Amino acid sequence: MEICLTSEGSDLGSMIDPRFGRCKYFIFIANDGNSFEAIENPNLNASGGAGIQSAQFIVGKGVKTLLTGQVGPNAHQVLSSAKVVIHTGVSGSVKEAFNDYKNNKYNPVDAATVGSKLGSQMRQL
Amino acid sequence: MIISVASGKGGTGKTTVAVNLALSLKNVQLLDCDVEEPNAHLFLKTEFDARIRAKISIPEFDPEKCDYCGKCASVCMYNALAVISPSNGEKGNVLFFSHLCHGCAACMVLCPHGAVREAKKEIGTVEIDHHDEKQFIQGKLDIREIMSPHLIRQVKEFINPTRTVIIDAPPGTTCPVIAAVNDTDFCVLVTEPTPFGLNDLVLAVDLLRKLNVPFGVVINRCDIGDDKVERYCEDGDIPVLLKIPFDREIAVLYSHGVPLIEKKPEYRPEFLNMFDKIREIVDLKSKRRDA
Repeated sequence: MEICLTSEGSDLGSMIDPRFGRCKYFIFIANDGNSFEAIENPNLNASGGAGIQSAQFIVGKGVKTLLTGQVGPNAHQVLSSAKVVIHTGVSGSVKEAFNDYKNNKYNPVDAATVGSKLGSQMRQL
Repeated sequence: MIISVASGKGGTGKTTVAVNLALSLKNVQLLDCDVEEPNAHLFLKTEFDARIRAKISIPEFDPEKCDYCGKCASVCMYNALAVISPSNGEKGNVLFFSHLCHGCAACMVLCPHGAVREAKKEIGTVEIDHHDEKQFIQGKLDIREIMSPHLIRQVKEFINPTRTVIIDAPPGTTCPVIAAVNDTDFCVLVTEPTPFGLNDLVLAVDLLRKLNVPFGVVINRCDIGDDKVERYCEDGDIPVLLKIPFDREIAVLYSHGVPLIEKKPEYRPEFLNMFDKIREIVDLKSKRRDA
């Protein structure tokens, strides 16, 4: 599964979770869009370093492309070290986001889009 | 005897109590362990004659020995490590996020290939004023560093057990507070008679009971708010050691960095009285322990 999206639920109709490190689910989709797998984020309640561990987690799954809302500096460092292409500002349902990506709606980013700790602050709100 | 001065809520008067208690006593050592913002020095004429850099252990990786097995990252409780395995001709990589590292050394001990060595990282400074019979020591955490408990423990290594030791602790009830009050003979909890003061006092009392440190309460600005703090102390058999009224003059002295007892010497016997009460409680406890 080469493409990973951060999701609020476990199916393709779920909305994109804008947080990376502390998203509720990772949805992994094959490049041809024919199969997918949803995994609950094991780092959702990490006290710190959620972005780092989430990045390592999806890299270990063989992901080459990430579609999410925002990426912090630590996660960005791990992802770029593993040459994962990162697309941020992604929204809508997982299915829509995947189709938008296939239609080249999103451009990859080469830097973190938010400061550190934003995901954990959003969780408290 | 080692006395820590803590509070759940910030801004209740910890430093005022710690500084004035220390100034009331002889042969004393005052340790400012509020290392993120030490401020006791503002009330003392200090001249530091020694500065020691405080360090923590961090891992250093040997790329020759590392096979990117990921053991170090999996044992790191603090998520400070990420290991990227080599794939498709790309080299592997170990990423270390030093600001998340607590220096626990699990990665060094458990690496199956001996690829992780110990290195040192500076996190702050211990500053010492040896001069007179009132010795003053403070910890100052470097900007961007967050591992204050390590620095607090390194400040406490300078405790001289032949003196009365007063420790000014950080506010709150988290790890830095535990590092400051742990293994002290008594803890003075400074609070104020407001809902916030009471809420945080209850949390601090829970903490000290868990740590098994005896404690008493100072009620600062005792004539504002309500009587709920006093009722809580009565109900829980918690000694109230001292009450300080709300007094504009005290606030003005504080804002000028003048210790209370210097300009209002009538408070010195109050602090000495508090010290006697503390000594009584500590003596009673050690007698019970010996019996």
